[in-house]
Amino acid sequence: MSKNKFLVTFSPHIRDSLQTDKVMLNVIYALIPAIAVSIYYFGFFALKTYILTIIFTLAFEALFLKIRGRRITLDDNSALVTAILLAMNLPPNSPWWLILIGSFIAIVVGKQVFGGLGQNPFNPALVARVFLLISWPAQMTSWIKPTPIIENFNFDSVSAATPLSQAKTELISNGKIITDFSDFPAYFLGNIGGSLGEISAIALILGGLYLIYKKIISWHIPVSYLLSFLLIVMPYWLFFPDKSLSPFIHLFTGGLMLGAFFMATDMVTSPITKKGQIIFGIGCGVLTAVIRLFGGYPEGVSFAILLMNAFVPLIDYYIRPKSLGEAEKV
Amino acid sequence: MTNGFIGGIHPDYKKTLTENKPIEKLPYEKDEIVSIPLNQHIGAPAQELVKKKEQVLCGQKIGAGKGFISTNIHSSVTGEVVSIGNLNSPLTGKVKGINIKITNPEDSPKKIDTNKKFQDIILEAGIVGMGGATFPTHVKLSPPKKIDTLIINGAECEPFLTCDYRLMIESTEEIVKGAKAIQEKLKIANMIIAVEDNKPDAIKAFREFSKGFDFKVQELETVYPQGGEKQLILSVLGRIVPEGKLPLEVGVIVHNVATCKAVYDAVENGLPLTERVVTVTGAVKEPKNLLVKIGTPVSKLIDICGGYVGEPEKIVIGGPMMGFSTNTTDTPVSKATSGVIVFRQEDLPSLKMTNCIRCGRCVTACPMGLVPAIMEQFAISELYERLLDWHVLNCIECGCCSYVCPARRPLVGYFKTGKRQVMNIVKERENK
Repeated sequence: MSKNKFLVTFSPHIRDSLQTDKVMLNVIYALIPAIAVSIYYFGFFALKTYILTIIFTLAFEALFLKIRGRRITLDDNSALVTAILLAMNLPPNSPWWLILIGSFIAIVVGKQVFGGLGQNPFNPALVARVFLLISWPAQMTSWIKPTPIIENFNFDSVSAATPLSQAKTELISNGKIITDFSDFPAYFLGNIGGSLGEISAIALILGGLYLIYKKIISWHIPVSYLLSFLLIVMPYWLFFPDKSLSPFIHLFTGGLMLGAFFMATDMVTSPITKKGQIIFGIGCGVLTAVIRLFGGYPEGVSFAILLMNAFVPLIDYYIRPKSLGEAEKV
Repeated sequence: MTNGFIGGIHPDYKKTLTENKPIEKLPYEKDEIVSIPLNQHIGAPAQELVKKKEQVLCGQKIGAGKGFISTNIHSSVTGEVVSIGNLNSPLTGKVKGINIKITNPEDSPKKIDTNKKFQDIILEAGIVGMGGATFPTHVKLSPPKKIDTLIINGAECEPFLTCDYRLMIESTEEIVKGAKAIQEKLKIANMIIAVEDNKPDAIKAFREFSKGFDFKVQELETVYPQGGEKQLILSVLGRIVPEGKLPLEVGVIVHNVATCKAVYDAVENGLPLTERVVTVTGAVKEPKNLLVKIGTPVSKLIDICGGYVGEPEKIVIGGPMMGFSTNTTDTPVSKATSGVIVFRQEDLPSLKMTNCIRCGRCVTACPMGLVPAIMEQFAISELYERLLDWHVLNCIECGCCSYVCPARRPLVGYFKTGKRQVMNIVKERENK
């Protein structure tokens, strides 16, 4: 006769197969096209940045879990996602110490001090990016020219500006934009200067669609983000064509696609209800547009998302879905 | 096909294990012992009517309902009372019950007096809601309000279970007649039998009777928890039962197909409720649908199915979504036991827990429009007032939130325990 003591747990006794580590793994799969493009255009610099960020980030995660007396949960893949997203938010030729500090800020200040996975109010990779941007603006805005790996796998870098930063500089010094930014396909495919992961809009959109298809994220944040952004940038451009880049350049350059599909949709730091997510997306879109058009920085995605992250608890508290048959409050 | 409600999940149904197995009558032998719990229903436990060493007949009333929300218990066998004591119960751990040693396994149940008011026959027969909630049926059949629609619940949305399905195709006429009896006695205008579309044979079987007996058959989308009372009413009629209220509030009563069969047996044949169909499935050699006498230990059901395949790890009484795991196979079958499911270690999902990653899948899955991820925080922090404000009392404990949770948080578990605390708060408020 078999044993007569069986496992007793709460119901349900069957579960969906998706687990936290697989959720994170799917985000990494979705980033593969963008990673591939960055390696294609930045070769050695890209590889170096990814490898260093991953090593530093995982090391800090393990170290601080140990210090906090917790189980070392690198196997939930969440630190790996943060590492890759942080690397994508850094200039391709970032010095190693910048990466080290960035990794520390992301994992320790951005995540572990709040209690680790799921507890942080702000997107860790963005906390690190903004910290570095404010502290070392020169290093964080020194872009290199993308060179396809097949043409030249070199270790030299030629500096280049991003369309957004060049336009902003011209606008500040001349009062209007002079350069003709009409090389549209290049922007779309990724042949432009910029942070590692943001250059190819098409690769990021592909990855984002994969995540929506896999139901890891829903369309609510990306769509409301991009639409509300367009709704401000488009009329502004129509009225002041010499003071603004075309909405399409705005849409496909800078961190917008990376932000809309991968940073704003970070489930830990975005609202939990669909309605809340739409409000959050609109907030991100409006703030990004306002910062890009009227702010001192050429880029506004990181600031916009971080600002909206701060509103998430409020949104979650007030945007509660109506429960079935719920009685009206008296 | 309709699915009026929000949320829900599509689990792996695994019904093919037993859906083509006709109901088999479980054989009994002399000297076997059945253990009949006195509390097999919601409400007050029944009061025992027999003493140790007393001879009882099959179908004899051995427990009397105490108060309105309670019901009678009958002996499922002819035999001798060997002891009255604590029995294992998957619900409450221990429950008072009567152990009876069989003296004549062939005996059929003693008839009850059917020369009474309809509701009294149902009470006399000890009928309860057999879908799992076990609410005494005579109470449900005494609505204080006008009812316009009777819905017969043949959704059977729980994975693995096929006991209702087999009953629907093998005892179609009895179910229909039982349901019609309810409809006529309560003077209800409409009757609808609702079945999920993964049971086309059952739908077909009912449609053959629908003309002659004047009722509607409604095909429902296969989605869990389609058979939840509030979900079913929304899907079938588009009516929303207000929070904290019963279906009769919107002019509806819902009865499970097996309950209708029991009503038919009581009213037409004078049979008390002493047996039910149980789906025995999972890691057993030969999964089956069995007609079992109430009080039979689960171990006997597993033995008749050829025993275990591999090493059993968990035994679930009921469905895998809302059923209870039991630590011993001595647990007797009760009026609520729709299934016995055996899981091996390798059949069980990984329950490796992480912090909540706020993915929101629980919010999407909740058929009651709740926000489990945030409510869990309130439950952990014992903020019961907040839990009440976030409508935890509207939770139907279907388990969808826990099912989809990638962090494997025991969400529904927190709400089950949290609800009790919240009920205390509500009572305190009312007393003020």
